Amino acid sequence: MDKFSRRSFVATVGAASVAPVSALLQGPPAAAAPQNPTGPTSAVNPAKPVYLFFNLAEAAFIEAACERLIPADESGPGALRAGVPNYLDTQLGGAWGSGERLYRSGPWQSGSPSQGYQLPFTPAELFHTALRAINRQLETKSTPFGALPPEAQDAFLKSLEAGALDLDGVPSAVFFDMLLRMSVEGFFSDPVYGGNRDMVAWRMIGFPGAYADYYEAIDRHGERFVREPMSIGEDGHAHIHPDPNIPARL
Amino acid sequence: MAQKLKEVDVVIIGVGMVGSIVAKELAAAGYKVVGLERGEARFTVPEFQGPAIHDELRFDIRKALMQDNTREPVTFRNHGSETALPVRRWESFLPGTGLGGSMVHWNGQTYRFQANDFELATRTRERYGKDFLDADVTVQDWGVTYAELEPYYDRFEYLLGTSGKAGNIKGTIQPGGDPHESPRSREYPTPPQKEHFQGAMFRKAAIGLGYHPFPQPSSNLSQPYTNPEGVKLNACVFCGFCERYACEHYAKSVPQTVILPVLLANPNFELHTGCQVQRINLDSTKKKATGVTYIDRAGREFEQPASLVITSSFALNNVRMLLLSGIGKPYSPASATGVVGRNYAYQTMSSVASFFDQDVFINPFMASGASGTLINDFAGDNFDHSGLGFIGGAFIGAVNTNGRPIQYHPVPPGTPAWGKGWKEAVVKHYNHTVMFSLHGSSVSTRQNYLDLDPTYRDAWGQPLLRMTFDFPQNDLKMAAYVTAKGVEIGKAMGAKQVAGAPRKGPYTTTVYQTTHNTGGTVMGNDPHTSVVNRYLQSWDVSNVFVIGASAYPQNASWNPTDTLGALTYWAIDALKNKYLKNPGHLVAA
Repeated sequence: MDKFSRRSFVATVGAASVAPVSALLQGPPAAAAPQNPTGPTSAVNPAKPVYLFFNLAEAAFIEAACERLIPADESGPGALRAGVPNYLDTQLGGAWGSGERLYRSGPWQSGSPSQGYQLPFTPAELFHTALRAINRQLETKSTPFGALPPEAQDAFLKSLEAGALDLDGVPSAVFFDMLLRMSVEGFFSDPVYGGNRDMVAWRMIGFPGAYADYYEAIDRHGERFVREPMSIGEDGHAHIHPDPNIPARL
Repeated sequence: MAQKLKEVDVVIIGVGMVGSIVAKELAAAGYKVVGLERGEARFTVPEFQGPAIHDELRFDIRKALMQDNTREPVTFRNHGSETALPVRRWESFLPGTGLGGSMVHWNGQTYRFQANDFELATRTRERYGKDFLDADVTVQDWGVTYAELEPYYDRFEYLLGTSGKAGNIKGTIQPGGDPHESPRSREYPTPPQKEHFQGAMFRKAAIGLGYHPFPQPSSNLSQPYTNPEGVKLNACVFCGFCERYACEHYAKSVPQTVILPVLLANPNFELHTGCQVQRINLDSTKKKATGVTYIDRAGREFEQPASLVITSSFALNNVRMLLLSGIGKPYSPASATGVVGRNYAYQTMSSVASFFDQDVFINPFMASGASGTLINDFAGDNFDHSGLGFIGGAFIGAVNTNGRPIQYHPVPPGTPAWGKGWKEAVVKHYNHTVMFSLHGSSVSTRQNYLDLDPTYRDAWGQPLLRMTFDFPQNDLKMAAYVTAKGVEIGKAMGAKQVAGAPRKGPYTTTVYQTTHNTGGTVMGNDPHTSVVNRYLQSWDVSNVFVIGASAYPQNASWNPTDTLGALTYWAIDALKNKYLKNPGHLVAA
């Protein structure tokens, strides 16, 4: 049921949904948490995530890196709790990873920034190539990336972002940009894609999701709209043409 | 070897908005019409239905409704000295594909251009002198006037059922509407949509500054409507999934909801989908088209003979079809000769973000594609440009259409791109920010143009369209000027922080701006500076009509669809009442 309230959002959904960073970093990230129609869950399912695209070393880096890009903090859960690494794994292992919506005919040459992405790599090839190079570098250090202090992790990610490294032909800035974009996608997309688990990201900002009718609510100017978000996995709307004599289709 | 089909009266390339309307009118007049659509047939039920249609990843990010760029992209460069490279992923503009065309995923923003826009070269000279424009600017008159188009604007808006408030009916200014608009013959078909909170805040601040706010004219309807074709639409419920999406509610005016049910019931019309037209065929004189050749989705080649060929695809594709068919002389910037591909223009988009305190709840997700409030005080030639060094302008409006969070999570300038600082800012500002759109005009220039790429090809082996474009100095000056005005309005709304983002060069294909690509088959009265005459008929091949925003000699301060609808009915009138009664050139070259 829709309702407006001027109560603060944190009071509504509670700090219980915020898992401490340390707890998440010590163990594997949460697998799919059960949908809870009345509110967010505070339970973190300890089941091991299944990775079909990333190998173990790649998954370890991706989990730690994503949690630095979107960390758990006072404002709410981070990338791990939201299942962002699983989103990346599914996307890269599927059509998107193999070049969906990417024009892939040569000749290949680098262009100006205005001309956009011009590398021959599919996203899957780009991630495997870049992660292999990254992990080769990290193996020379005494401490695994995931066990480094956050400041050291951030420093390494910033070096990737700055484009300082050549990752076996992938400019590190290109890899970083793709990692960041896909992490934000996974964080905020509908949970049917494996990220934004239990709609944690939507709850955090107050986005009602696939909910579709604000005809009355739009008149309530300036009031907080409080409503349990809705995934496309649970919307049961159906619509009928106003005039049954007009064919809806051929 | 192409299989030759039975000759028909009319073949239409592209069954989007223009193709549907032209086909409906000519089929109803008794002509045998074949419509060739490269994409799929699709309808409100079942293709556009919830819950699957409310999927930001699939439709916004993965661009499910757009032209298949893996087979048919464009190539791009900023300047003629560079090598153009393929736009390997769509971002800056998003041409649609499939039955209903790009209009299926439009916002429904339904503006008329102003009288001044159609005579831009003449009126600029008259008001500011002959040396006012930069030397590279090639703006010109359209060859048709606003007064001539007014009845056709009216007809198109009543087809759509557009919701709005007139500001000028037959010269009498109407309270609540846009006082700058050129006279319209009657009120909008339906009243304006409800105003969202951002719109109301903007309205109050704009009035305080002495401006003239009005409700955005919207083809997401404010109430149920039955159009003159007898087709019924519903009221929009502000779902916030409009542009880049198809409407599940029968509330957005698109071919499926305003005309296709009538067209598809007419036995004079045949729709063929999955058909990629390769070229318009010409006879040995190159002065007459004999039909088109297309390849179907199974790879079979067909020749469809026709007495009349109408290309009604997206602006960029209209240009490419003429170039691939050898109709009209291609434009060369070096010699400034030729016409096809000349005067490519775009839209100069700027924005202003106003950040409010935590107790001001904006609810950006409650919106239609066109339910905002705006001013035209700095659009077109509605203000004195003397001493400013540019022509044109922008509408400024609180016209935010959604709160879909992958794309929409505004943060103040200086916020880190990731990490704790980014996340805190996203959470803090998501529901407390008002975004203005500053929708700016675009002049045509000598160096911005379209031609065929010498290297890259489509999936059928044909050359891609090559775009050479950068923002003209005229438009960058305009963007800086109007953005400063927008920032003043944001401050007048009481925002804690206001950040203006005037459009700056170079133009990039990597950031979405608009899908308002115009020009390349420009209309006009002089065959040396236009591809089609004032009735959108090819100067070179009289039985080819080219109907699209490709006809615009430059782009104005508003979304182009309403003007394209008016031009469509204008051209149909010439076809039905002049051309088809006596085929031949409607204007002597």
